Amino acid sequence: MNKEKITVTVNGRKHEKEVEPRRLLSDFIREDLRLTGTHVGCEHGVCGTCTVLVNGKSQRSCLTFAVMADGAEIQTIEGLGTAEKMHPLQQGFWEKHGLQCGFCTPGMLMTAVELLKENPNPSVDEVREALSGNLCRCTGYQTIVESIQRGAEIMRGGK
Amino acid sequence: MVQNRGYIPKSRQREKPREGLKYIGKSMKRVEDPRILTGKGVYADDISFPEMAHVAIVKSSHAHARIKRIDTSKAEKLPGVLAVLTGAQAAEICGPLPTWSSPPVFQRVIAHERVRHVGEAVAAVCAESRYIAEDACDLIEVEYEPLPVVVDPEEALNSRGDAVLHPEHGNTNLILESKFDFGPVKEDFAAADHVVKRRLRWPRSGGTPMETNGATAVWDEGSQRFTIHVNSSMYNFVGWMIADTLKIPHHKLNIVPTLAGGSFGAKLFLYKQPVMAAIFAKIVGRPVKYLEDRMEASLTNDAHASDRVYYAELACKKDGTFLSFRQRIIDDYGAYFQYGVGQHGNALAQVVGPYKINSVGVHVQAVLTNKNQQGAYRGFGSEVANFVIERMVDAAAEELKIDFLEIRRRNFIQPDQFPYLIPTGNMYDSGDYEKVLDETLKILDYKGWQKKVAEMRKAGRYVGIGIATTHERSVFSSTEFWMWNLDGKIGWTSSPDSMSIKIDPRGRIYGTLHSPFWGNSPETVATQVIAEQFQVDPSNIEITYSDTDKGLHSTGPGGSRFTVMVTGAIVGAAAILKKKIYKIAAHMLEANPDDMEMRDGHVSVKGAPQKKVSLQDLAFHAYYMRLSMPDPEDPDLTSGLDATYVYDHPVTTLPDPKREHMGIFYPIMGHMCHSMVVEVDPETGQFTFLDYACVHDSGVMINPMTLEGHMRGGVVNGIGSATSEHYYYDKNGQPTNTLLTDYLLPSISEAPANMKCGHVETPSPFTEYGIKGGGEGGRMGTPPALAQAIEDALRPLGVKITELPLTQKRIRQLVREAQTKRAAD
Ligand code: FES
Ligand code: FES
Repeated sequence: MNKEKITVTVNGRKHEKEVEPRRLLSDFIREDLRLTGTHVGCEHGVCGTCTVLVNGKSQRSCLTFAVMADGAEIQTIEGLGTAEKMHPLQQGFWEKHGLQCGFCTPGMLMTAVELLKENPNPSVDEVREALSGNLCRCTGYQTIVESIQRGAEIMRGGK
Repeated sequence: MVQNRGYIPKSRQREKPREGLKYIGKSMKRVEDPRILTGKGVYADDISFPEMAHVAIVKSSHAHARIKRIDTSKAEKLPGVLAVLTGAQAAEICGPLPTWSSPPVFQRVIAHERVRHVGEAVAAVCAESRYIAEDACDLIEVEYEPLPVVVDPEEALNSRGDAVLHPEHGNTNLILESKFDFGPVKEDFAAADHVVKRRLRWPRSGGTPMETNGATAVWDEGSQRFTIHVNSSMYNFVGWMIADTLKIPHHKLNIVPTLAGGSFGAKLFLYKQPVMAAIFAKIVGRPVKYLEDRMEASLTNDAHASDRVYYAELACKKDGTFLSFRQRIIDDYGAYFQYGVGQHGNALAQVVGPYKINSVGVHVQAVLTNKNQQGAYRGFGSEVANFVIERMVDAAAEELKIDFLEIRRRNFIQPDQFPYLIPTGNMYDSGDYEKVLDETLKILDYKGWQKKVAEMRKAGRYVGIGIATTHERSVFSSTEFWMWNLDGKIGWTSSPDSMSIKIDPRGRIYGTLHSPFWGNSPETVATQVIAEQFQVDPSNIEITYSDTDKGLHSTGPGGSRFTVMVTGAIVGAAAILKKKIYKIAAHMLEANPDDMEMRDGHVSVKGAPQKKVSLQDLAFHAYYMRLSMPDPEDPDLTSGLDATYVYDHPVTTLPDPKREHMGIFYPIMGHMCHSMVVEVDPETGQFTFLDYACVHDSGVMINPMTLEGHMRGGVVNGIGSATSEHYYYDKNGQPTNTLLTDYLLPSISEAPANMKCGHVETPSPFTEYGIKGGGEGGRMGTPPALAQAIEDALRPLGVKITELPLTQKRIRQLVREAQTKRAAD
């Protein structure tokens, strides 16, 4: 199959690669760039584990072709923080037990990043609304909401 | 029988439950999290090797058929395809997949000659990429000769001829039938004033973790060995069975665990993915990955859950005293029978719930049908037993006109009656059921809600309260899998877990787990217990996982056993180490080994904490000062500081040879009460939670935060089982919901926003520190309480709930039926 050349910036680093037009953005990120922090739970757009930010907007990478991201800025979980210096949302998830198996977590985090950009102090209902398209089989969701509110608090300058 | 307590073994508990523990009982942040939160956790699909190839399967479109012809020639010619296998070819390379059932019902990694359910692999392709492998699958032509399809479990009882899935077991799909009376069932029923009878239906759901099953196999030509990376549990318990399937010597296989993105039982023991990846890895001479896609995870993951019809009868006195409980159960196992009726063995562990019931009659009919086979799902059959006993108790309360909580209290086993033997022979180690109920009523504000509900009803709203008082048996022993077999043979009786601990020359502690991470918190639990044992700061402890090359005998997580078992193993290994540490310290401090204790990273003399040596200095001595040991000849004082310990099940016995009872097989008994207030809209069939409170008694808690995580997550699993999840097959055996678009896992919108969790801690007298397991309770408590709440809300309409899931459609239908009946009366 023919390949097309694309240029994408992922977590601030520019990549030029040749991809088949049918290659999913999720596979491109995970296999071609070896950024396996983004997970694939269903590959049909329901679970939200594969959510990444494309030009700042959350998008399901399993429903996006890599070629569609040509020229885009992408952010994945690896672009948030490190184990030594976590992003406030990662810190919030750690403190509030917002993850168990951690498989849904990358999607939850990226969705939350987008939410907090628009709404730095979301209510429980607003967080629930924002997460309505992300499935988690482990936590029962309540601690995820608490984690995001905690992350928001840290971002607003709280301890 | 119940009176014969003679077979209760003595407790081996070394660490008594006590106040003042420093690390156990604290909500410590998880040590697993930093790497997972930053995207550095390695799950099955994150394993990658240069030159790695990928497998995809051709899935059967028929529910039951003979395979007449397969043409793979077009697929083989597709550029990028490395190898293609049919069932016949695979059968030459490898044997049947592991099975524990009796009789053994053999399944193959690729179906051979006959397909028995939709989705079963009929051929597989290995290619340069998953994309090419899937393209090639589309080019494979399969010709089928359809056979009669069996879908309904009760009809399956009567299948004959071509409708029989495995004719080698006789002309029937009734693969196993067992009938036991534990205690004087007949007499107790004869003495009853009232018998409650119900037909209850529990639907087929599944653990359905967000990550599917997968394995990557590497074949090393030089050493003639396979290394398989897989997200499976139980690899150190039964991983060697994969070598049998692969027809290789057992030491030519090393299984390496990855993180698992959830399991809930669905990854208890995987064999299809490792076997498939391995056979191709050897054929193509390259690393090979086989990862299920979501559809395969629904159709052929060997992990659907209980699918049961119950005909249940509860014999009662007028005053509500329960006398006997009798049930006939038809269970739809699907096309194979991997664990036999282990799920029913499980249910016998707590079949009477928290109630005194003198006798129990059980009649199990396990049938095979054309569906993905059953495996494990959070509760392993006991969640169904909870639903059934609680529905029966609610029905008894209604029919005898006794308050539904009062009838429970009248029948509760009392705190002074433990250890308590139930008619099936299993032991309940400890408990205080009234306390759990009272605590729940308090945090729900039951009295307040009763008033509010009455007012809301007056205003025409359909609001109800549901409360269930249920058990969570924890720490299974292997007996539950084979005690049904009447061939007189004794099956496996070991189900240990192990720990290796090394203290390095600088006093840092390394713990090696022999069980994997499957979404629980194994590293955190081990860290907390090791910190407690050695009184060191958790930051000095590193936890890793063994592969099977280095692995010790470990059953792995499942049946809420991990925390109890790994704690036992750590206490055992630490005891060996501490004996040595104390000898060396006593020598260094010129004191008596019996007077030593550990405190703040030091070993010191009891009562004289200033006389101390740091663990760091002591470890250095242990490693490098062999000739300055107290007694250089002492065989306990070899250089270094390390120990391993295999901890056997804390308290288990054999079944009675005549099966008058099953012995003690699942005795560490947790208890929980789930309560909720719901409002139902009878027009749409929708319901909403107005409140939710639950209290669990999982014995002494190691980490309340992670235990609560299990409770909340389990509740939402339970909501799914009770209201939306159902792996449904139409009459042709065609599954109608194979994707997450229509197999409906609860989303955040279906989960209670503010679930109140409480705890009671009744220590186990048999486990270290008095811990009990708590991994499954949420899912095991919610469904009966929710059924009761919805029934209560619709009580003005006279709706009765006997079948799950309570989808919107079913609720609407129940309302309509009730209204029609009312109108007719
Ligand atoms: S993997 Fe993309 S939505 Fe599920
Ligand atoms: S933490 Fe396991 S799926 Fe969310």
